[in-house]
Amino acid sequence: MSRLVIDQVTVHYPGSARGVAALEDVSLVIGPEQLVVALGPSGCGKTTLLNLIAGFLQPTSGRILLDDRLVSGPSAERGVVFQDDALLPWLNVLDNVAFGLQLRGMSRAEREATAHRTLQLVDLVGFEQNPIWQLSGGMRQRVGLARGLAADPRVLLLDEPFAALDAFTREQMQELLLRLWRKIRKQIFLITHDLEEAVFLATDLILLSPRPGRVAERMQLDFGLRHSQGESARSIKSGRRFIETREYVLSLVFAQREVSTT
Amino acid sequence: MTPIEIGIVDDSLSAAVPSAASRRAANPAALPGNLLTVNTISMLTLVVLLAAWWATTTAGLIAPLFLPSPQSVLGKFWLVATKGFMDSTLWQHLAASLGRVLCALVAAIVLAIPTGIAIGLSRVAHGILDPLIELYRPVPPLAYLPLIVIWFGIGELSKVLLIFLAIYAPIAIATAGGVRQVSQNRLRAAQSLGATRFQLLRYVVLPSAVPDILTGIRIGLGTGWSTLVAAELVAATSGLGFMVQSAAQFLVTDVVILGIAVIAIIAFALELSLRALSRRLAPWREQGIS
Ligand SMILES: Nc1ncnc2c1ncn2[C@@H]1O[C@H](COP(=O)(O)OP(=O)(O)OP(=O)(O)O)[C@@H](O)[C@H]1O
Ligand SMILES: [Mg+2]
Repeated sequence: MSRLVIDQVTVHYPGSARGVAALEDVSLVIGPEQLVVALGPSGCGKTTLLNLIAGFLQPTSGRILLDDRLVSGPSAERGVVFQDDALLPWLNVLDNVAFGLQLRGMSRAEREATAHRTLQLVDLVGFEQNPIWQLSGGMRQRVGLARGLAADPRVLLLDEPFAALDAFTREQMQELLLRLWRKIRKQIFLITHDLEEAVFLATDLILLSPRPGRVAERMQLDFGLRHSQGESARSIKSGRRFIETREYVLSLVFAQREVSTT
Repeated sequence: MTPIEIGIVDDSLSAAVPSAASRRAANPAALPGNLLTVNTISMLTLVVLLAAWWATTTAGLIAPLFLPSPQSVLGKFWLVATKGFMDSTLWQHLAASLGRVLCALVAAIVLAIPTGIAIGLSRVAHGILDPLIELYRPVPPLAYLPLIVIWFGIGELSKVLLIFLAIYAPIAIATAGGVRQVSQNRLRAAQSLGATRFQLLRYVVLPSAVPDILTGIRIGLGTGWSTLVAAELVAATSGLGFMVQSAAQFLVTDVVILGIAVIAIIAFALELSLRALSRRLAPWREQGIS
């Protein structure tokens, strides 16, 4: 089981206002089977943090380790799901899902079998041959998820994967993600600005504050775990503990906002 | 007083005008009395033009030397197609022209796509190649034709080279544009699936640029085809351009018109087939996905 360590990471973008770091001294551990959610207002450095872990971006100082090895660039051991699906429109659904395996040089029969199995996981059986531009936003996001999973990464990173979906589809996708998480037993790092989504999904909730981007609060939650063990999303979300936690996190967000505006 | 009134007038304009316009744009056929499609109107225009041509020439309003009748052009078509003009049939002229354009096109595609990729990916290649292409591209082919003749003689090479140059620039420029516009997230997605630099180029950058490359080919083929007549001024003994040129020298106006008509029809057919190819190879562009 892998362990991802983010160790005192600071990021200054070249050319941005002097002194204000996009991320400042952020430390964080994503352990086995955790579902870590980073929540924060726009511009607090969520995407920056994800890009660091993915290896798209190098920290100004600090380091990122996956199983004690320094992360120095993108690699197949850290899969990414994007907000705008970032699928390849010249490939059909099956070939998109099998793309990572193709890059690895796997034979066609083998990678199609794997892609097929992964499409079953995300409930997209029957759409293998469809061009991706014929799918709805929610289905496309599921293809993106399947593409990331099929490559069998050690960590799955998701950047506001459900932000562009309607409320109903978003809830379906959240429940799908929890089911997948229990089934594949991988660690997941997800960023969102949707408070309820964060509280529902996270085993570990990280609240980021803006300018400079810092970890303002950490919390361990179990609503997602309870859902993946069979409790219905409705009963969890209407429960007193969920509502209290949600209101508590909301108050933290507001407190932060007051600090940063004064 | 006045500013308020202006404000109200502005409001009503901005509220009313775009909504009416967008309704019309969204569904042109829905307007009452809008029974004709654009295609029907275009066809009707051509029919009217043909009828006017037929009427004026048949009534003897214009001397056949200036404008021969459609019947005589059609008759000439049959004659040139079967017996020939200047030692070659129409089909031989057509084949000669198409052969030159095809040679030039294949050479241009083979060379311009790598050039465009290099310009799009590398700062150095961009710095070196971009000014070279931008320098010759705006010059009309007829202007550098004499230089090509001095360097390469009056053989086939000079003709093909002239057409090649006309096709090369648009394809290289379009390819470079397509390569530069490749979506960053698609590149990143491929990288986080383990793609090497070569795999990024092969599986993400190139396919992304295909629609732009096809647009470049379409534009290049258009300019290439119109350069044909100029190319065939150079001591050609066959070709549509040559046929029109020599017919003009002997004042055989119906062959001139026939030649022009064939050149136009071929150009139109090339344009349409490349559009169809584009739709087949890059159907997602039609769906608004870049
Ligand atoms: N490429 C860049 N160059 C300079 N500054 C940047 C760059 N990308 C982000 N920033 C700045 O860094 C800060 C954090 O940006 P980031 O994109 O990580 O925020 P975010 O939390 O993902 O916001 P959102 O919810 O809007 O996506 C912002 O202040 C932003 O202006
Ligand atoms: Mg972001």
